Amino acid sequence: MSAVTAEHEHDEHHDHGPEKGLLRWIITTNHKDIGTLYLLFALAMFFVGGAMALVIRAELFEPGMQFVSPQFFNSMTTMHALVMVFGAVMPAFVGFANWQIPLMIGAPDMALPRMNNMSFWMLVGGILLLASTLFMEGGAPASGWTLYPPLVLQTGAALPFAIFAVHMLGISSIMGAINIIATIFNMRAPKMTLMKMPLFVWTWLITAFLLIAIMPVFAGAVTMLLTDRFFDTSFFNAAGGGDPVLYQHIFWFFGHPEVYVMILPTFGVASTIIPVFARKPLFGYSSMVYATAAIAFLSFIVWAHHMFTVGMPIAGELYFMYATMLIAIPTGVKIFNWTATMWQGSMTFETPMLFSIAFVVLFTLGGFTGLMMALAPVDFQYHDTYFIVAHFHYTLVPASIFILMAGGYFWLPKWTGNMYDEKLAKFHFWLSAISVNILFFPQHFLGLAGMPRRIPDYAVQFADWNMVSSIGAFIFGFSQLLFLYIVIKTIKGGTGEKVSDEVWEDAHKHGLEWTLPSPVPYHTFATPPEKIPTEHF
Amino acid sequence: MKTKQLFASLLLMAYGLGTAQADYTLNLMEGVTSISKDVYGLHMLVLWVCVFIGIVVFGAMFYSIYFHRKSRGYQASNFHESTKVEILWTIIPTVILILLAIPATKVMLEMDDVQDSEMTIKVTGWQWKWEYEYLDSGIRFFSSLDEASNKARQLNSGIDPRTVPNYLLNVDKPLVVPINTKIRFLFTAADVIHSWWVPDLGWKKDTIPGFINEAWTSVEKAGTYRGQCTELCGKDHGFMPIVVIAMEKADYAAWVAEQKSAAVEAASAAEKDWTQEDLIAQGEKVYANNCASCHMADGAGIAGTFPAVSNSPVVLGDMNAQVELMLNGKGMMPAFGQMLDPVDFAAVATFIRNGLGNAVGDSIQPAAIKSLQAAIPEVVYDDDDE
Ligand code: HEM
Ligand SMILES: [Cu+2]
Ligand SMILES: [Cu+2]
Repeated sequence: MSAVTAEHEHDEHHDHGPEKGLLRWIITTNHKDIGTLYLLFALAMFFVGGAMALVIRAELFEPGMQFVSPQFFNSMTTMHALVMVFGAVMPAFVGFANWQIPLMIGAPDMALPRMNNMSFWMLVGGILLLASTLFMEGGAPASGWTLYPPLVLQTGAALPFAIFAVHMLGISSIMGAINIIATIFNMRAPKMTLMKMPLFVWTWLITAFLLIAIMPVFAGAVTMLLTDRFFDTSFFNAAGGGDPVLYQHIFWFFGHPEVYVMILPTFGVASTIIPVFARKPLFGYSSMVYATAAIAFLSFIVWAHHMFTVGMPIAGELYFMYATMLIAIPTGVKIFNWTATMWQGSMTFETPMLFSIAFVVLFTLGGFTGLMMALAPVDFQYHDTYFIVAHFHYTLVPASIFILMAGGYFWLPKWTGNMYDEKLAKFHFWLSAISVNILFFPQHFLGLAGMPRRIPDYAVQFADWNMVSSIGAFIFGFSQLLFLYIVIKTIKGGTGEKVSDEVWEDAHKHGLEWTLPSPVPYHTFATPPEKIPTEHF
Repeated sequence: MKTKQLFASLLLMAYGLGTAQADYTLNLMEGVTSISKDVYGLHMLVLWVCVFIGIVVFGAMFYSIYFHRKSRGYQASNFHESTKVEILWTIIPTVILILLAIPATKVMLEMDDVQDSEMTIKVTGWQWKWEYEYLDSGIRFFSSLDEASNKARQLNSGIDPRTVPNYLLNVDKPLVVPINTKIRFLFTAADVIHSWWVPDLGWKKDTIPGFINEAWTSVEKAGTYRGQCTELCGKDHGFMPIVVIAMEKADYAAWVAEQKSAAVEAASAAEKDWTQEDLIAQGEKVYANNCASCHMADGAGIAGTFPAVSNSPVVLGDMNAQVELMLNGKGMMPAFGQMLDPVDFAAVATFIRNGLGNAVGDSIQPAAIKSLQAAIPEVVYDDDDE
């Protein structure tokens, strides 16, 4: 009896620790726990999506069909993309947001902690539902992640389940976004004015608005697919007066901002890490904020550059070409600013910095191919070839994924209080950075030479570069097991060396989180901090 | 430094691998039309612009990485803004973009101009073949993956693709066009969206069910040009190549005459009575080219997706019901009514009832099919450009 009362009293008291056992992770409303859940789930999905990619690359290792049927191959390309986008990259950034936004703005938790829990478990449900389509009659969706009708309507039993999975993932994202916006607008420490927020917080704020704007559009598009298939509507069916291209317009109105959902937080993390290791403030803080906002705005008015070949009127082709070219300007500003941040710094090259530099360089390559594809008449050649595959993988793997790794190495010591194994981590970096180029660079050649994307087999003149690419893929894929090992080892105690509060030299000048003890206590900033770092001004 | 060496040797290795196979390329092809050459020029221009910007930006970055490092004792300076440079590096890219947009707009306008074309070819995408219709001369035929590639591309076929000439880039019946003639193409599709791409012509265009797209070309050099479907269109998306043979005008005229007399011959073949044996023999080939990709060579189908033909209740049942299904299609089964000529249609309809483990015993004559086909209404399209 007395024990119960004691427990109860303890509960009333504010700084109780986490719930014991498994239940802690199911019912938790703590932003750090939920952040951890998101990150671990994303890491698991990164390996699931990666395994699918290796199925694809194994089949493409040599000309001829060796391992899978063409239909299953198409399911793999579709599921790989959906799992990576909705299961790995987006949740990983939400994980960072959960952990870092309250720490960076001096808030005790997220504004809507119960909704936070719910959005995580909706995500798990959505992804499980999506994965279950692999075992359904007729197989998983095989129409590409873009789900174009009429092809997608030929999906077997999986179609309604895949659509419902998209709905769940959308609701989860929207709840996450609302939470982030509410937190940033309401819970900042008194002195943390908007233009003093770390760039990571800024980029997430803008991303959250993007998410709220676009997820309902995607949900609407797939619902129209659902009614076309089951309720005799003809939104996308020409025989009934509809238009298959309408779907593409709606999809890309979602899809283009969606790619920025994956890159804007990437920009934020890079802008956080580079100044710390350059021992210099970020160059052009306010232009970084404006450039992010400009990119977000432009992302809504360029969607049809994914559709140059559908037969738009000439005015449409030209408009979307000019608008797309414009994106290069704010993107360029970002790249120049990062370079200027490094310029005359006093740089050291710990693993987070290595990944960040690789990000700047390789993302720029992806931006170059983006500019090339923006020229509509040339895109008539590039479109739907491996050149496109190379472009968006450069913007996603050595960009978003590398920055996720960078952020992991950067903050893990803060979160756990343990240092990761720097030697192993550097080895992981070099393996990844080299193999990612062996994997994706040859795909530029393949596309230019005429290899279409989404094909399970190819003409023999494409054999050599496909083999090189597949070799790169296997090295890259297995190198990531090293990351898993390093993360687990760090959580379990790392090198044994306890890290200081600021972890990285003078990091306290760059962010509030580095003023907290390491490991970060379960509850932080119960009272808002008095002083905030002003280094980036 | 070591890692750089490793990278260099890997590149060299890749290069070595590459040269073993002579006819691969690294870059876009220049092509054989004025448009494709303009597109190539634009591609090289923007590529060099990117290389130049890359040298400047990466140069500055690597200079800084090398010299401004703590291990060399470099002291960090503390600057963090400069309105002047920021304006500069907004304006310079803007100017570069405008300089790129001007030639791009020119090529775009040129591509769009289908006026004054001398002939028109309608291209229809089907799962998974192309239909070509010469609107001026009435020639019409289907073009699908050639048999040698088709055999080799089966899962674990045991055939080395390297032994198949033009593996996956060869068709049974290529598109033939005259050179130095402005040809207008009309594109549409019968089932899902496809995209028609021959890199040497300089563009691709989507074929969309219910809509018509336009494009034009004028080939400057006689030769054989190959391409592929580039819009994911289902399981055999990778197996619907395009072959264009461009001929001197005189050769082309001879080809047209030949096609016309072959059409007359085919029409008379449809009139005569066929023996069951002849139908079955012909039907076996038709089955292999048109049906086996889904219903499998032995007629067993793929459980859950494509029903078996062997022992199928439809095949074992009424002939008329079976023919009706083949004519009009159902779900993923394409409508073969316009795809096969009466002889091939009757032949394959007869073959599946008397082969693949079935033994119904009856047959149907091409003449009967011909009158059924005559009753199929022409498809009407919206035109989305005008
Ligand atoms: C300078 C900036 C960029 C420009 C100008 C640009 C331009 C383009 C264009 C024109 C296409 C369509 C090409 C085609 O399908 O023919 C495209 C495709 C794509 N881009 Fe970008 N892009 C840029 C940056 C990015 C970024 C930052 C990301 C992601 C983080 C990204 C991800 C993608 C993806 C995923 C696709 C292909 C989608 C699909 O068809 O499945 N791009 N880009
Ligand atoms: Cu886009
Ligand atoms: Cu196709």
